[in-house]
Formats: sequence, C-alpha cells, structure tokens
Amino acid sequence: MSEITASVAPPLPAAAEKLRFYASWLAAAIVLLLLPKIFTSGGSMTTFSLIGISIIFSLSYNILLGQTGMLSFGHAVYYGLGGFLAIHSMNIIAADKLAIPLPVIPLIGGLTGLLFAALLGWVSTQRSGTAFAMISLGVGELIASSALILRTFFGGEAGVSANRTKLLKLFGWSFGPQIQIYYLVAAWTLIAVVAMYALTRTPLGRMCNAVRDNPERVQFVGYNPHVVRYLAFCFAGFFAGIAGALAAINFEIANSAYLGAVQSGTVLFATYIGGIGFFIGPIVGAIFVTFLSLGLSDLTQVWQLYFGLIFIAVVTFAPGGITGLLMMHRPLVKAGTLARLLPSYLIALLPTLAMIAGLVLSIETIVHYTVNPGDDPHIRAFGVGFDAASPYVWALAALLLIGGFLAARRTWTWVGHAWDDATSAARDKGFAA
Amino acid sequence: MTSSRPSGLAPQAGWGKRLNRTLGQLVLELLVISTLNGVLFGMLLFLMASGLTVIFSMLGVLNFAHASFYMLGAFFGFQISRWFGFWPALLIAPLLAGAVGAGVERYGLRRVHKNGHVAELLFTFGLAFVIEEVVQIIWGKSPVDFRVPPLLDFPAFTIFSTNYPAYKMFMLLVSIAIFVGLLLVLKKTRIGLIVQAALTHPHMVGHLGHNVGRIFMLVFGVGTALAAVAGVIAGPALVTQSNMAGLLGPILFVVVVVGGLGSLPGAFVASLLIGLVQTFAVSMNGSLSGAFGPLSPAYEATWLADIWGVTIAQIAPIMPYLLMVLILIFRPMGLLGTRDT
Repeated sequence: MSEITASVAPPLPAAAEKLRFYASWLAAAIVLLLLPKIFTSGGSMTTFSLIGISIIFSLSYNILLGQTGMLSFGHAVYYGLGGFLAIHSMNIIAADKLAIPLPVIPLIGGLTGLLFAALLGWVSTQRSGTAFAMISLGVGELIASSALILRTFFGGEAGVSANRTKLLKLFGWSFGPQIQIYYLVAAWTLIAVVAMYALTRTPLGRMCNAVRDNPERVQFVGYNPHVVRYLAFCFAGFFAGIAGALAAINFEIANSAYLGAVQSGTVLFATYIGGIGFFIGPIVGAIFVTFLSLGLSDLTQVWQLYFGLIFIAVVTFAPGGITGLLMMHRPLVKAGTLARLLPSYLIALLPTLAMIAGLVLSIETIVHYTVNPGDDPHIRAFGVGFDAASPYVWALAALLLIGGFLAARRTWTWVGHAWDDATSAARDKGFAA
Repeated sequence: MTSSRPSGLAPQAGWGKRLNRTLGQLVLELLVISTLNGVLFGMLLFLMASGLTVIFSMLGVLNFAHASFYMLGAFFGFQISRWFGFWPALLIAPLLAGAVGAGVERYGLRRVHKNGHVAELLFTFGLAFVIEEVVQIIWGKSPVDFRVPPLLDFPAFTIFSTNYPAYKMFMLLVSIAIFVGLLLVLKKTRIGLIVQAALTHPHMVGHLGHNVGRIFMLVFGVGTALAAVAGVIAGPALVTQSNMAGLLGPILFVVVVVGGLGSLPGAFVASLLIGLVQTFAVSMNGSLSGAFGPLSPAYEATWLADIWGVTIAQIAPIMPYLLMVLILIFRPMGLLGTRDT
C-alpha cells in the first residue's frame, strides 16, 4: 500500500526548487513595490491600477473556465455587485464615522460576491458545458436588467458614487492620490494571486480539474461534480467581488455597466487571449488586453473591431492563448532544437505582416467612406498617414491582402514541417512535447 | 425588444377617452390584441430558435452569433429594399445571410472544430462581436429608416377601435408558412429524414455514408437564413438598429434552455410561452403598491420602495430570465429536453 502511495504522490520538492518558488513570489512583490519608482507619471499609475484589478478579475474567471471547465458569460455580476456594495459601505462608513479603513473595503466586496455566488450558483452549476454557458448568460442579463429597475440601490443609469478619502485614515494615508490607490491595488493583487494559486494546489483545486476533464469518473470516485462546481463558482465569485470593489474604489463610482454583458465579455476575452491552460495565462491576458484597449483606442477609431478580430484569430489559430503558444516551445528550448524553427518563422512573418497591413489598410479605407465620408481623405491610422481616396492605396491594400494571404499560406506549411522536424528531434533527445 | 410595446400599451393610452365602454370590452380587447402580438413574437422567436436548435443538435455548437444573422437579415433587407424594393429583399436578403452563414461554417467553424466545443462557442461569440462592429461601421449606430411596404401599410381589422396593422398579420402568416414548410420538409422528405436522424445520432449518419460536412454546411446556411427571414420581416415593425442582436440574443438562448437544448418541439413551446408572457406583461400595469396600497412613509426612501412601486410592465424585460431560473430549479433539463448537455 505504501509503495502505491509513494509512486502515485509526486515527490516532495527539493530545497532548491522550494527556494526558487518563494523567490519568484518575493520578486513579484519587489517589482510591484518598485514600479512607481520607475514609471512616475500619474497616467501610468492609473494604468497599473487597472491592470491589477483586471488580473484579479481574470484569474477569478479562470477558476471557472480554466480550472473547472465552466464557460461563463455572466461573471461580471459578482464583480459589479461587489463594486456596488463597496460603494454603499463606503458611504455608510463615512456617514456614520465607523472605524473601518479603506483597505478593508475590498473584503466587503469579496464577501458580497461570495454571498451572491452562493445564492445564484446552486441553480447555475446544476449543469455543465453549453447549458451552463447559457444559464450564466441568462442570470447575468437578469441581474443587469434588474439593476436598471431597482433605482434606489443601483442609482439608475448614473450609478452611485462615493468619496474614498472620507474614511478612517491609516498611517496618515488618505487614499486620495493615485499612487496610494496603486499600492492598495498592488497589495490586494498580490494577496489574491497568492490565494488563487494556493487554491489550485488544494484537493478542491485538483477535484475541479478532475470535474473539468471527466465528471463521470469523479462521480465514480465518490464526489458530486455539482458540489465541486458550486464550490469553484463561490470562490470565483469571491475574488470577482474583490476586483469589483477595487474598481469601485479606483473610480469612486459604480454603475450598471459594471454588471453588464460587455464587462463579462471583456474578462472572457482577457482570460482566453492570455491562455486558460496555465495559471499565469490570465495575468498575461489581463496585462495585454488592458494595454491593447488603452493603446488601440488612441490609434484607430474602430478599435473594437480589431479587438474582436484578434479574439477570433486567437480562438482559431492559438486556442492555448499567448501562454499556450509560448509554452509549446518549452521542450524545444530545453532540447536546443528551437534554432531549426526560427528561420521558417522569420520567413512566415513577412507575408503574414503584409496580409495584416493590407487588412488594416482596407478596413481603415472602408471606415473612412462609411463612417465619415465628408472628411479629408488624408487619414491617419496606427500612426501612419495615407490618402484613402487614392486608387494606388486601394491597389496596394488589395495586393498586400491577397498576395500576403497566398504567400502566408505557403510559408505556414513550411513552418509546420519545421515544427514536426524540431519536435521529433526534441523527442529523440528525451524531451517529450 | 418586444414587438408588442406600441400596440400592447395602446389600450391604456386611450383609457380616458373610452370610459363609456364596459370593462369587459376592454379586457377582451386586451386579450385579443396581446394574444395576437404574443403569438407573433413567439413565432418570430421560433423562426430563430428552430435554426439554432437544429444547428446545436447536429454540430454540437450553440451558435452565439445566431441573433447576429437575424440582424444581418434586417440590414440586408433594408439595403436591398432601398435598391430594389421590399419583395426582392424578402427573398435575396435571407439567401445572402445564409450564404454568409454557410461560409462561416465552412471556413471558420470547421477549422475551429478540432480545438473543442469551448473554442467553437467562443468563435461564434467573437463573430457576434465582429458582426455588430461591422454593422455599426457600415450603417451607423442609430436606427435606419426601414419602412413597411406601402402595399401592406393599412389596418387589417379593427377591434373595439384599436387598429391592427396588416403588416403584423403578414408577419404572422409568413412565420406560420415557414413553420409549416419546415415541418413538411422535416417529416416528409429524405433530407428531413437525414436531418432528423442526425439530431439524435450524428455519428451514425456519418457511418451511413452521407457527406456530413456538406450537411452541416447546408444546415448552418439554412438555419442562419431562417434567422435572416425573421430579421427582414421584423425589421420594419421593430427598430432596425445595430444593437438589435444584443437585445434579442439572450432571449433566444433563454428560449432554447427553457425548451430543452436540442429539442425542436421544446423550442416551439418555449418560443410561444415567452412570446405570450412578455407581451401580456407589458400590457399590465399592476404593482405591489396598487394591490396592497402605498408603502408606509417610513420605508419611502429605502430600496424597498423600488420593489413596491415597480409595475409588471416594467419588469417585462426580465420575465424571460425569471422564467428560465424557475424552470431550471424545477426541471433542469428544460420543458421537453432529454439530452444532458
């Protein structure tokens, strides 16, 4: 019996590995501390705060999608309710002069998320797969529509606002300046990330993975998949509530958009683009998507279209997301066969970029003619100016798009061959892909 | 969101003028008009839900972009009726949207299929997002002026001084005709037989030597074309706007969940049920304060006042979702569903 356990249980990590594990968390904490010293502008503090909130929210979403295999279209409900309760409790605390400082508020948001996830989760998690997705969508719409009806609590379309500086001061911090909010968000992000990582290592976290992969066998082992899904759902709601409360503190307002379908869609985009297969995926996705939505909106008028196209491209060509793509190359790097692949990547990159440039050029030209036909045809998109009325530009766009597509299709088959070549060489050396 | 809002509310708007009529007449008028509107909205929902159900049963993927094809139908119909008139639009717009749908299946979904069901569902989710953006780019965010054709722009009949537009009768007839046609094709033809077989045993149909890929593409094309028909005929009666897919989509998914995923009769029952529930709800003005008297002043400023004062007409938009939650509590499979996922 003990032999079986010994062979099934993974060996205890060596001291060096343990050290590396704790060192990486420490490094993350130091980076979070030092970031404001490197990027000192107020704008970057706001961006970092948004990223932190988005990281907690995306990771909480991945408890559902990545760990337990539940695709939710209504996760923003718990985020939004956490935000609303945070705003209301801030107002109550300020009015009654209660001795509760601001850094505790996210906990209130988290408990709100937990409460509502516990209430709505039992019905939602009765079924998995597509049915769960549709139910989460329906429940999300139910709450979002109710928010517009219950005006006293949700403040109608204007929302509810609060003043975060009116609370009890802690160590002389008023939490008025953005830098203090950044440190608050950073601290909560670190706590939440550590907690969610720890959750994946618990027996519950493992059972979640089992429910995702094979619910029937989970039943054979004596667990109820419904209960496991329900528990995962509650945890996801809790962390989403924390993120919502932090967002409410950051903006000092909560409105019905917090609960809506757009918010639910954004967290799904961020998580999936980052990659749902690895713990770090949603973190990468949150950073990427926040920068993308902030950056693209400056560069082009129709940034949401590009956003959607990027998402479709990821779903179609890289279902593992950004981290999935990078991790695919890990055995190759270890075996040292990556060099065989790189030349084909470089060759494929050129026509692919040409195709994308052609697509962007066509989209921007069409946008010029449909959205603002009366304007000057000399438009700028992505920092490049061109004449949307010139037939040369049209011809160039068509040439880049079609020629790039045909060439890219050829070159990507070469990449495929080079990939097979490199992986089989890596496998021969004993690094299984 | 509802086809019934204008005429459904009409009896109340003219309440003061018609005091000389008896309450019985008013109730009867409300019943007839709301039932007609409810059945009409339900049939429109079923036009979409039927395609969605057949696609789900065969391909195993719930087409998140189904309501987007309804929207594409409405906008194609608007554009074509501008160029060639309404009647060509009624024929061409669904064909166009169906061709787009078939292309999406052939070049998009089939490629994503190997990445699993979640990826397929997310692909259609992204597609819905992109279609909405494209429609906004081409036709703008504000509603377009999609008019009822002059041939049908007259009141069909009058019930107790309320005119019922002929166009709505036309919508009802078209949707019933398509429903009957669909029923005949499914029950009486060989293609229908294969589709029926593929609903329950998709692998067996493949083993029997049918070109499953082509059947999938065809079913996807026909399903999206049906949604587009609904869009073309609903466009002039409702508002043709770039958010129409986002408004109708969730209700459509409620219909399939309430009816039972993958069940055509279930989708039919659920469509009519939700159509009627929503239409009757918007025409009712009752509230808790109406039934039990006004709230005591002590609670006037609290959130309880919201619940106390809200009318049934105001909560009509959330009725389908409430219905869905109730159904899920008491019958998780849906009304007539048999399959587990």
